[in-house]
Formats: sequence, C-alpha cells, structure tokens
Amino acid sequence: MKKISWRMVFVLIITVVAIVYILPTFQPALWPYKKINLGLDLQGGMHLVLEVDTIKAVESTVERIAQELRTSLRDERIRYTAIDRVGGTTISAKINGQENIEKFEKLLDKDFKDLRILSKMVRDDVLDIAMDLPEKESDGIRLLAAEQALETIRNRIDQFGVNEPDIRNQGENRILIQLPGITDTQRAKALIGKTALLEFKLLDEGHDVEAALKGDIPAGSELLYQITIDTETLREIKTPYLIKKRTLLTGAYLTDAKVQIDSQFNEPYVSIDFDKKGARIFERITEENVKKRLAIILDNKVYSAPVIQEKISGGAARITGNFTAETARDLAIVLRAGALPAPVNIIEERTVGPSLGTDSIRKGLIAMLIGGLVVVLFMAIYYKGAGLIADFALLLNLVLVAGGLAAFQATLTLPGIAGIILTIGMAVDANVLIFERIREELALGKTPRASVDAGFNRAALTILDANITTLIAALVLFQFGTGPIKGFAVTLSLGVVSSVFTALVVSRLIFDHLLMNRKIKQLSI
Amino acid sequence: MQFIKSDINIDFVGKRKFAYGLSLALILISIASLLLHGGPKYGIDFAGGTVIQVKFQAPASTKNIKSGLDTLAIDNVSVQHFGDKKDNEYLIRTDLSVAAAEGFSDKIQKSLADATGGAAEIRRMEMVGPQVGKDLRQKALFAIFYALLFIAIYISGRFEFKWILTGLMAVALMGAVYFLSLFKVSIPFLILVALGVTLLLFWLLNLKYAMGAIVALIHDVIITVGIFSITGKEFTLPIIAALLTIIGYSLNDTIIVFDRIRENLRKLSKSPMSVIINRSVNETLSRTILTALTTLFVVIALLILGGGIIHDFAFAMTIGIVVGTYSSVYVASPILIAWQERSRKR
Repeated sequence: MKKISWRMVFVLIITVVAIVYILPTFQPALWPYKKINLGLDLQGGMHLVLEVDTIKAVESTVERIAQELRTSLRDERIRYTAIDRVGGTTISAKINGQENIEKFEKLLDKDFKDLRILSKMVRDDVLDIAMDLPEKESDGIRLLAAEQALETIRNRIDQFGVNEPDIRNQGENRILIQLPGITDTQRAKALIGKTALLEFKLLDEGHDVEAALKGDIPAGSELLYQITIDTETLREIKTPYLIKKRTLLTGAYLTDAKVQIDSQFNEPYVSIDFDKKGARIFERITEENVKKRLAIILDNKVYSAPVIQEKISGGAARITGNFTAETARDLAIVLRAGALPAPVNIIEERTVGPSLGTDSIRKGLIAMLIGGLVVVLFMAIYYKGAGLIADFALLLNLVLVAGGLAAFQATLTLPGIAGIILTIGMAVDANVLIFERIREELALGKTPRASVDAGFNRAALTILDANITTLIAALVLFQFGTGPIKGFAVTLSLGVVSSVFTALVVSRLIFDHLLMNRKIKQLSI
Repeated sequence: MQFIKSDINIDFVGKRKFAYGLSLALILISIASLLLHGGPKYGIDFAGGTVIQVKFQAPASTKNIKSGLDTLAIDNVSVQHFGDKKDNEYLIRTDLSVAAAEGFSDKIQKSLADATGGAAEIRRMEMVGPQVGKDLRQKALFAIFYALLFIAIYISGRFEFKWILTGLMAVALMGAVYFLSLFKVSIPFLILVALGVTLLLFWLLNLKYAMGAIVALIHDVIITVGIFSITGKEFTLPIIAALLTIIGYSLNDTIIVFDRIRENLRKLSKSPMSVIINRSVNETLSRTILTALTTLFVVIALLILGGGIIHDFAFAMTIGIVVGTYSSVYVASPILIAWQERSRKR
C-alpha cells in the first residue's frame, strides 16, 4: 500500500512540474519560465550560413607586408625594379645591382624575419626572389579572421536589434546565423554581408576620367564608382571617379559613427569620430591637401568626394551620399561594429515568411488533433476500460513532451510536430504490448491481479528493448542533424522516454489502484 | 473487442518463399528505378540550388509565371503547383544558387507581379550552395550508417550477449570508414562497402539476430527509397529524418517478434525453429497490427491535413510503416531459419 502512494506522489510531482513549464507558453506573464521555442520554420525568419573567405585575409596581410617592404626600401634608399604580390599570397621582388642586393638581404634579415623565402636566383647582378608567409602564420591569420568575422557580425546584429538571434561557428570558417522574425531579409543580408572597409583616398585630378574609361588608367590610380539611385525611376546611376590607389586613412581609427540630419537639406548623413591617432592623421591629410578632393570609399564604392576647404582638426568627419534613414542607420551600425577581416559569402539561405509559419502550426495542430482523436476512440473501443487508461497515459504523454520541450528549451520545429504526432501513434504501442500480454494471461485462466502483474513484468523488457532502438536512431539524428531535423530528434527522444514512463509507471499505477483499493474483480480489457 | 483470435495459427514460415520472391521483386524494381533515374532525385538540400514558394493573390498560370521569370535570366527553372488548388501557391526551383544575390527577392516579386497581374508574396525561400549540399549529403549517409551500426551492437548484445564482439567490430568499421573518408572516396560507395562488410562479419561471427534485423532494415530503406524514385519525389533533409524513423519503427517491430522467439525458444526447446517462429509471430500478430494501425491513423492524418511542406515526410512514413510491419514478419524472422538450415548443413 505504502509503495503505491509513493509512486503516486512521484507521478504527481512530474506532472505538476511539466504543467508548470508549459503554462508560460499560453500565459506568458504567469511565471518567469520561458515559452516553448518555435523554430524558424514555424515563426518565420531567416537562416544563413556564411563562409568567411579567409584566404582573402591572408592576401591582404601579404599585400600590407609588400607595401611595408616598398616603404622600407625607399627609406633605406635601396633601389628595386619590382615588388609585387603574385598568385595571391606570394611576394616577388627584383633587385638590381650587387650593392642593393646586399642591403636588401640585410633588411630582410632584420625587419622581415617572418617571410619565408621560396626561391632565390641571382643572374647578371639581378636578384629574383619569391617570398611568402609560413603555413603556421597564414593558418593563424585565417583562424583569427574567422573569429573576428563572427565577433563583428554578432556586434552588427546586436545593434540592428533582433530578438534572440543565434550566431555561432560551424566548422573552421563557416558562420551559422538564425534570425527569428526577420521580414526584411534583403536589408539583413546587406547588413551582415557588407565588408565595411572604409577608406579615405585622394582623387587623381591630374588625369582625365574620360581617358581612363577608355582604358588609359595611369599607374597608381584606379577607377571606382559612386552608385546612386534615382528616386523617381529607381534606376541605378554609376558615376566614375579616378582615384589614387594609396590609402591615406582607414576606418580602423573610428571610435563612433552615428546618424544625423542635415538641417539645410533635411537629409540624413553619418557622422564619424576618429580616435587621437586617427584625428592626427586626418588633420595632416586635410592640411596637406587643401582644395583637393578627398574620396570617402566603402568596400570600393565611392560615397562622396568633397573638396577639402581647410585643415580639419578635432577628428570628426561626415559621410554623405543620398541616404534614407534606414541605409544611414545600417551604415552607422557597420562602421561602429568595424570591418570584416575578410569578405563573406552566403552559402546557405533559408527564409520562411511569418504567414507560412502560422499556417504550418495550424495545419500541424489540426492533424495532431484529428489523428489523436481517432487513436483515442479506437483504443477505448478496442480495449474498453483498459483503453481509457491507455488514453489517459497518452494525454499525460503529450503533457510531458511539451513540458520537456519547455524545460530543455529545445526548439519546436515543423518536423518536431511530426515527431509528436508520431509519438501519439507509437505511445499506445507500449500499452498495447502490455494489454495483449494481460489478455494472454487471462486466457490461461489466471486471476485479474496475477494477469496484470505478469502482463506488466513480461512486457517491460520488450518495451525497453523496442524503445531503446528508437532512441538510438533519434540520438544519431540529433548528432548528425541540423536545424529542423534536430528538432525532430528532440521531440522523438522525449516522446520515447515519456511513453515508456507513462506505460510502465503510470498505467501500472492506475491498474494497481483499481485492483487493490477498488477491489475490482473483473478486468475490462 | 478482438481482431485476432488467440488461437490463430497462420503458417507465415511456410509462405516465406513467396515473401522472399515479393521482397526480391520490390527491391529489384527499386534498384532498377534508381538506375534508370541515375540515382535518387536529390532536393536542393543535397543537390544545391534554390526553391522559392510564392503565393499569388489571384489565380495565376504556370505559363505566366515562367514568362515573368524569363526576364530575370535564370536558367533551368521549373514551376510547379504546390498544396491546395485554391491557395494559388507555386514552387519555383532552379539548380542555381541565385537567391543570395543582392536584391533578388525584390526583383522576383516585382517581375512575377508584372507577369501575372496580381501581387505575389514570397512565403519561403531556400538556397543551398553546392558545397553545402555535398556536406549535407555526406552527413545524412553517415547518419544512416551509424544508426544501423549502433542498433546492430545493441541487438547482438541484448539477444546474444556479444557486446564486446560487436563493439569491437563496430569500432573497427567506424575507424575504417573514417579513415577512408579522409581520402576522396565517394561517400555512397564507401557506405555501400561498409554495409557489405558489416553483413559479411555478421555472417562469419554468427550474429544471427543482428543479421535478421539489419537485413530487414536495409530492405525497408531500399523499398522506401525505390518508391520515392518511382513516384518522382525528392530527397530532402526531412526525408532522411523519416527514413531514420522508419528504421527505428521497423526495428521496434522486429525486436518485439525476436523477444517472443527468444522466450519461446526456452519454453519449446525441442520444437523446430519454424514452429517456434510461426508461434511467436502469431502471438505478437495482434499487437503488430494494432500498433501499425494506430500509427497509420496519425501519419495519414498528417499526410492529408499537415500541409504541403510536411506532405512528403508523411508519405515516406506511411510507406515505411507498411513495409516495416511486413518486413518484421516476413523478412527478419525467416532469416533465423535460413541460419538454422545453414548450421544443419555443416
């Protein structure tokens, strides 16, 4: 007697705990527990996988080293014929004359110890040398680039304001991003995918843009475009600019960027602040280049190219270029969060509109309700009284699965709903096994009490065996699955565990209670 | 109420030759269909590409939609009606990974609205790059393989207490598969070889229960895949989930019969294997049919009412339950007899 009441208390506690976890899903303000998480396929939103082009990070490091090498050679007055980055990450150099070669090699040993020499050849007093970064170094750069990219993107999304975003590394250089509830997917993609490399460069005003457009681009300059959109025809207008390649200042020195409204034209612009060092550089640039045009370039697109009127001190500048309130805000965000160390490519994208998600939930629930009703009716007709016990176990099962979803903060997805529906079908299996055994024992002429005991005991091992194998399949699914599949694995596992519990513990409890306390002589089965 | 009388005694084992023939025919048809179609028809999850689900406010025709898409210069487009007729929903597919392009969804919305003369709402868009598709395909195959392997360990351990033997075997196989996957061996081929070796090892190590269960599972998976191939349905990630669930379900059934066989082996140790198997299958028949029925009720509810996105998943489950129930009666258990015949010949 006492044993039974303890089991009863245990079952009651578990049931109450499950209900405590479920209630906030229907009455959010009730207590601080969280709602059941809905997957992107049910609430709508965006799932992105980005690949960080980390090789580009290595390339830009090598490019920077080549630039430093050129500067050092100029400072040391060593004459060279060429220093170029070739084939992505290799620097090739040509040095003329015995004296220059000696000085160059000394400089290399002193200041550029990191570079690995790939090949070296001296012929007719000309040194031909190829260098690159050792693997360890370039691997380090790639790893760092991937980490920084993740951090930067997280910053941007935080500032953009998305409820419960999920951003994480996936493998070496992939980033998984889940943004629930996002409807303007284009804007989100633009914000996440922008490299946001801000550069200040001088216009090449000594040469003709028209000539450059025909292919006559002077060495040390390049053609970049300003892209504006005509507000009436919505057509893109591309304006070419001839710009000197040398970067005078980058966004690395930024401390802040914010949106402001021009009082004269009532147009938004982005104001930026430099740190001390950046402010000094900016002051020097503006001092040396008064009356020249300074281009403000973001990701190789010209935003504006104002004429420097006078020396600007204080370290503040503004970026204009027909912004809307939204684009200005997004630009400020990417500038504040910083540039990505390498470009990113979108390699997987899934977006689900909110209306589709609602439809899916509704249809899933209807299917669950009708399928469940048929099963409940069927069990009651087929097994009569015992069938009602199985139906009760089934209901409790659903409560426990839902409670488990809320307690583990697992995500409910559309396949997850399918998993629950499947659980309904399979949950009665354990009870069917038990009832069939009990019927067999009764047919042998045993008393109801003995039949129930034997039925449960004999079916228990079979039930465990059968369910453990399903659990194995579910766990493998969890391990290898992503997104919705993981959600399916979670509900399936929860369903398996709770159906074993309800069949072996709860149904048993009810049978025992009926047989002992109510002294029932005839089993309705 | 009772469907099956308790004294029922159908001679399942006696009809096993017929069942073997049927199974063999189904498997051959499945493989033939797969060969004819050049392998399974992969959805974008595995092949890469783009799927866009569009809902129109007014009825639109496939022709209009296609002409609207022509202006966007994307090749290899297929347009297909989706879900209920009255919903005016269409699936647009292309094998290109175009959706990531900037401004694409705005453009497609505009050109579709222009071409059909009614507003178009993009309800779902999925783009999978080719490399990702390949990764997902590998993961899915590994999932199926490892699920089979772990299940084999469990069965051998539970029924024959050969935990260590199967454990070692599994570790060796996993190691070999992992090692080979480092080289650029094609994964489907690798898994096929691994499965072949697994079955051979079961045979040599005398793991008859595991052999019976795994053969039944492979049987179920091949036939389900075959029916998918014949009906021209696509393989996506949820379908792999369905296949693994079918594996779990079919095994559920098989194990319950096996459990009975083991119990009856002790009770009726003098009787021939065929009698024991027949008796065990008959004793569990009531439960087999009942559970298959209740599960089918809900899965068919899902198939009819669950909506387009879950439709193929429910379809796979329906086939799987039917085939899985059949195989636990007619495939898994008779393999134990084949075993007995083998040992008698020795």
